[in-house]
Amino acid sequence: MASVRPTLRSFLPFAVGAPLLWALQQITPPDYNIILIAAGVNIVLAVSLNVVNGFTGQFSLGHAGFMAVGAYTAAKISVALTGLDLPFVSTAVSDQIGFAIALLASMVTAALAGILVGMPSLRLRGDYLAIVTLGFGEIIRSVIENMKFLGQATGLSGLPARTNLVWVGVSAIATVVMARRLAVSTQGRALFAIREDEVAAEAMGVDTTGYKVRAFVISAAYAGLAGALISHAILLATPRMFTFIRSIEVVVMVVLGGLGSITGSILAAFVLTIALELLREFQSFRMVAYAILLIVLMLTRPQGIFGHREIWDLPFVRRLLGGRLVPAAAGPAPAAPTQIRDDSTAGPKGTA
Amino acid sequence: MTEFLQHLVNGISVGTIYALVALGYTMVYGVLKLINFAHGDVYMVGAFSGYWLGALLGVRSSFSENPPGAGEIFIKASLVTIGAMVVCGALGFVIERFAYRPLRSRPRLTALITAIGVSFLLEYGFQLSPWFRTPIEFPPGPSPRVFPELLPRVGYEVFGVYLSNYDLVGFAVAIGLMAGLQWIVYRTRFGTAMRAVSFDPQVAGLMGIAVNRIITWTFVLGSALAAAAGIINAVARPKIEPLFGLISGLKAFVAAVLGGIGSVPGAMVGGMVLGLAEEYVAGYTSSQYRDAIAFTVLILVLLVRPAGIFGRVTVEKV
Repeated sequence: MASVRPTLRSFLPFAVGAPLLWALQQITPPDYNIILIAAGVNIVLAVSLNVVNGFTGQFSLGHAGFMAVGAYTAAKISVALTGLDLPFVSTAVSDQIGFAIALLASMVTAALAGILVGMPSLRLRGDYLAIVTLGFGEIIRSVIENMKFLGQATGLSGLPARTNLVWVGVSAIATVVMARRLAVSTQGRALFAIREDEVAAEAMGVDTTGYKVRAFVISAAYAGLAGALISHAILLATPRMFTFIRSIEVVVMVVLGGLGSITGSILAAFVLTIALELLREFQSFRMVAYAILLIVLMLTRPQGIFGHREIWDLPFVRRLLGGRLVPAAAGPAPAAPTQIRDDSTAGPKGTA
Repeated sequence: MTEFLQHLVNGISVGTIYALVALGYTMVYGVLKLINFAHGDVYMVGAFSGYWLGALLGVRSSFSENPPGAGEIFIKASLVTIGAMVVCGALGFVIERFAYRPLRSRPRLTALITAIGVSFLLEYGFQLSPWFRTPIEFPPGPSPRVFPELLPRVGYEVFGVYLSNYDLVGFAVAIGLMAGLQWIVYRTRFGTAMRAVSFDPQVAGLMGIAVNRIITWTFVLGSALAAAAGIINAVARPKIEPLFGLISGLKAFVAAVLGGIGSVPGAMVGGMVLGLAEEYVAGYTSSQYRDAIAFTVLILVLLVRPAGIFGRVTVEKV
């Protein structure tokens, strides 16, 4: 039964994770619960952003915009479905089914927004995407602030409390599985090729725009999911939750963990969330600290802590694993730094 | 008709600001192929340096007990403007020297992330509560400040259109600066070197041009123009706060792309077109979507003519 194994393998993380998360949900006090939820949501955000910024070598600054799209979609749907009592199941189960629908819808609308933003900007080189996505985030906010039925600047409050550790954990697992499977697939290979050298990739027959847009849309969908989750954890969706600052936070996580490293993103998201919680009294220094962190990181270790590598590729972890050779993480030679095409400043190179 | 003309005046007044800031983006992009994210914040710092210089020089309002004379107004206004340009030129120098130059040989994404970092450092560093209060409050903190009145407002009414001397003086100064820049870029040795570097830095270096020095001076020049824009804007719209550079900077970038990034006349035209487009669309429909207009323009330009109005379509060579 060789064909069953891959299916089984993709279900395994969920089958193992869900009961554990359920147990964790039961034993954690509410204060810690919300921190863990925030960490899980940040993992979803960071890993999904890594698909664009790390795998593909593009630069998106609009994750918060997609979060907002997802959050408002899910909020509208979950409120509408709250009174809905499905036959044959209890109210609680019915509500959870409604939330699942809301989550899926949030991913769909965020993906649609991703197509809208990605199509024009991804035809061009990477740095335009940064500006367009940034602008998109601002447009979404100004649209929401002017829409009566989205609650304008005060937003939507009194959302049903639906998010728990199981939903967040399963979403995080789903994001990681998606990213990992993408990385080892043909699609992922094409994305790495674009990151390493867009012109060469195109010459090899890679439909660069197509792959870039697809990666961007996938990433946007998961950002929408994260937005839906966080808004149903704090029972609120306001434009202020999804500012530019939020996008930058996610970028810092991805860059810190390593552009292209899934485990790096997970670790950075988790550590930064906890650290911010502990440093709450120094709130005003937070953005300054982010800024300095970004600059210093770029000057000293631009590939981030892990670079392209996963945690099990690091020499000391390999030794811990007893010299057992784990298949190297996706991506070409791990030591190669991200190369964006650069005609102006690169060192000596062959003439055309 | 009156309304149409009024929008024209307002649009040009805003457009000159965009144009001046867009020039900095376009020049830096020309020589480094880098979107200098921090440029909008240099523009903000320009307004704040004007604010501090105004306080140091004791600029008095025309409503004060001892209103300043015409000569005093002229001298102080020029000192504030030139001082702010010098301060921002120095800031541009420091940013280039310590944040961008070490990354010159690295992938472009690295420099872009650093630029975002610098931008945030300026925005949020300026929002911290002051470390010292004399002679100036630094950093200024998050609350908005009122820019000192450099020259008294005089309003005119021409064919029912309201026009103030701020619009006229601002426009004149901006045009003067742009003409000066045009002269520098196309008539001096430095400008020739700059255009050579933007054409091909490697070959320019081989021809004996000090590429690094040219890049540094390009930054200084762009930052000084941004400072002038900051002052002109702050005189007409005197509320300044650390975050106002972000959106204006992005819009100026849109103006640069609209005109064709890397092209000096393109940035001027792009700024004007964007200012007018914003004013007319906001004026005739709803002003609530003012900020969204620029980005709609950007997406349209990228779809229809990515090289911009004055840009040439270039093929990427290996």
